[in-house]
Amino acid sequence: MIINSSVNRRSFLKTTATAAASLGLIGAGGRAFAQEDTIKIASLLDLSGGLDAAGKPMQDAITFAVEEINQAGGLLGKQISLITYDTQTDMRLYPQYSQQAALKDKVSAVFGGITSASREVMRPVLRRLNTLYFYNTQYEGGVCDRNIFCTGITPAQKQSKHVPYAMNKWGKKIYTLAADYNYGQITAAWTRKYCTENGGQIVGEDFFPLDVTNFGSTIQKIQEAKPDFLYLVLVGGAHQSFYRQWAAAGMNKQIPMASTTMTIGGEQMVLSPEETNGILLCFNYFEALETPANKAFLERFHKRFGADYPYVTELAMATYQSVYLWAEGVKRAGTAERMPVIEALESGISLDLPSGKFSIDPQTHHCVMDINIGQIQDRKINILESFSQQQPLDTSGVCDLKKNPDDNSMYVIKV
Amino acid sequence: MDLLVVLSFEALKAVASLALISVGLAIIFGMMRVINLAHGEFLMLGGYAAIVATKAGINIWIATLLVSPLVVGVIGVVIERTIIRFLYGRPRDTMLATWGLSLLLVGLATTIFGNTTEGISAPAGSLQIGDYRIAAYSLIIIVIAIAVFAAIWAVFRFTRYGLIARSTMQNADMAAALGVNPSRVYAVTFGVGAGLAGLAGGVMAPITGIVPTIGAAYVAKAFITVIGGGPAILAGTVSASVMFGAIDQIITYLSTPVIGEVALLAAAVVLLRFMPQGITGRFFRRAA
Repeated sequence: MIINSSVNRRSFLKTTATAAASLGLIGAGGRAFAQEDTIKIASLLDLSGGLDAAGKPMQDAITFAVEEINQAGGLLGKQISLITYDTQTDMRLYPQYSQQAALKDKVSAVFGGITSASREVMRPVLRRLNTLYFYNTQYEGGVCDRNIFCTGITPAQKQSKHVPYAMNKWGKKIYTLAADYNYGQITAAWTRKYCTENGGQIVGEDFFPLDVTNFGSTIQKIQEAKPDFLYLVLVGGAHQSFYRQWAAAGMNKQIPMASTTMTIGGEQMVLSPEETNGILLCFNYFEALETPANKAFLERFHKRFGADYPYVTELAMATYQSVYLWAEGVKRAGTAERMPVIEALESGISLDLPSGKFSIDPQTHHCVMDINIGQIQDRKINILESFSQQQPLDTSGVCDLKKNPDDNSMYVIKV
Repeated sequence: MDLLVVLSFEALKAVASLALISVGLAIIFGMMRVINLAHGEFLMLGGYAAIVATKAGINIWIATLLVSPLVVGVIGVVIERTIIRFLYGRPRDTMLATWGLSLLLVGLATTIFGNTTEGISAPAGSLQIGDYRIAAYSLIIIVIAIAVFAAIWAVFRFTRYGLIARSTMQNADMAAALGVNPSRVYAVTFGVGAGLAGLAGGVMAPITGIVPTIGAAYVAKAFITVIGGGPAILAGTVSASVMFGAIDQIITYLSTPVIGEVALLAAAVVLLRFMPQGITGRFFRRAA
């Protein structure tokens, strides 16, 4: 097998070299054309499959941002054209579409990926193909790569506020339920850290693959452990049934819940109010933010997508804002070429956006932002407390792209 | 003590769920020898029937207990008349045809409902057992499973249709010589099997939610249960459900849901290694 494959590899290299050369030619023509025409960006989001509830609002947000910028005259005098790929909650499609976006469409930047697993599939592909990448989901922190900008909220911004707040409110014993992949595992570790640092105790911790729908015996285990509250890091459509089964067992009136992911797929609109009332959330953005920028945004957004649009989610807002950050970078660089845009973004861009002041941290390529604690009541989210301008301290502890611009790691931060 | 009660109750619910999702296949595969790889999709259709009916304002009990089995039963008869009836006695072709059918049904459901998880809230509130609370709906699943098995047993044991169906499956030519129309019996029996799958799909929908691909999660378990059960379809399905459901639930409680599933599959492998004919191939041989 090995011998065969090396022979194949040689002929493979030959063909790919030819293909690459011809692609290069086509590309040159394409780029010349593009220079007069439009600046292209791509979105790779799950618009179907188990994660579609999270992906669809993100797609609406990026569409809206592009339309707004285009209506305001575009970028550098050109219109932005958005190329959309539906990754269908299928891990195989991420590298494939990333390659297509970079090689065939020759986009200036790619926006997307929802789970951390999908980001880690896309990131090396886009880095190798020199295509700028914006990842707009809250995640576990630790990505250190000059080619990517992460606009999502990380544990040092989120759990550091969320966990102590819930402990003050409800008590010191936590039971964690998390999705069984890097995001869930690492977020559970951060939860443990902030719990023990504040004198609390983790009385149980369970992990579930994304397709698990039966939580019956887990619910008994939780009752046996008698925690003061649940900390939920559940992801996707299948895990939604936890909230149903929890309420069906009448537990929603016994043990309160804090969740890191609830509402990012508009779950509060799908589940009944009894199933979601009282859940404690912590995000950068809530629709209830009383800033003029947010009110104006919501008015424009509802004019475009209808007054009955379910909810502008955290991930949708991060996506919307990431397009504005990128656009600001392009404006300052005077070009949509990758390196000048990265350098412009590293020069310390800070914008006043619907979620408040939003700045890029040049050292980590993560963002400095406001953090808000909210609670669900009858499908609405009320803001309970706000924390101004939080740094991505988790990632900045391990990552310094100023000192090591060639770093290309996903640090699993020891907590 | 309370914990023991609650845990046995959870185990019983797991057993009942397994028996419910397998019983339609027990009739179609166990009795008619049709390897129906679209069984999971019958369950999925039952789930969608229940959700659509509930959202259209029909009472949730009528939706899950009547609409689901009727809709899928009718679909089953149509499928039997258009596809399956040409394939009796050709297991390999049946397998291919039903596999294709399963892909088609997944595709159709995706087109109509979208590849999104849909769900309805479980009715019936909760029960307090000592310090613990459980969903009353779990109790209802157990009751439904018992009722379904009792009804099937009574129908096949005491009614004229039951007698004719059993004799037709044993020897279709002989039954035909005695004036029975085997083709009709096959169609009706297939419809009953499909309808039971639809019922299970409807009953499970409030617990699991429904996606077009959910059938994949059911079909393997159903086959394992029916094959593990062996030739006596009812006693076999029940005994295999008890064994696999209890193992799954106890291991899930002690570790995680993933290990629970692994334990179930491992138990099935071990069982079939020592009892290739299934549980009723060795025990309860004279059971129905």
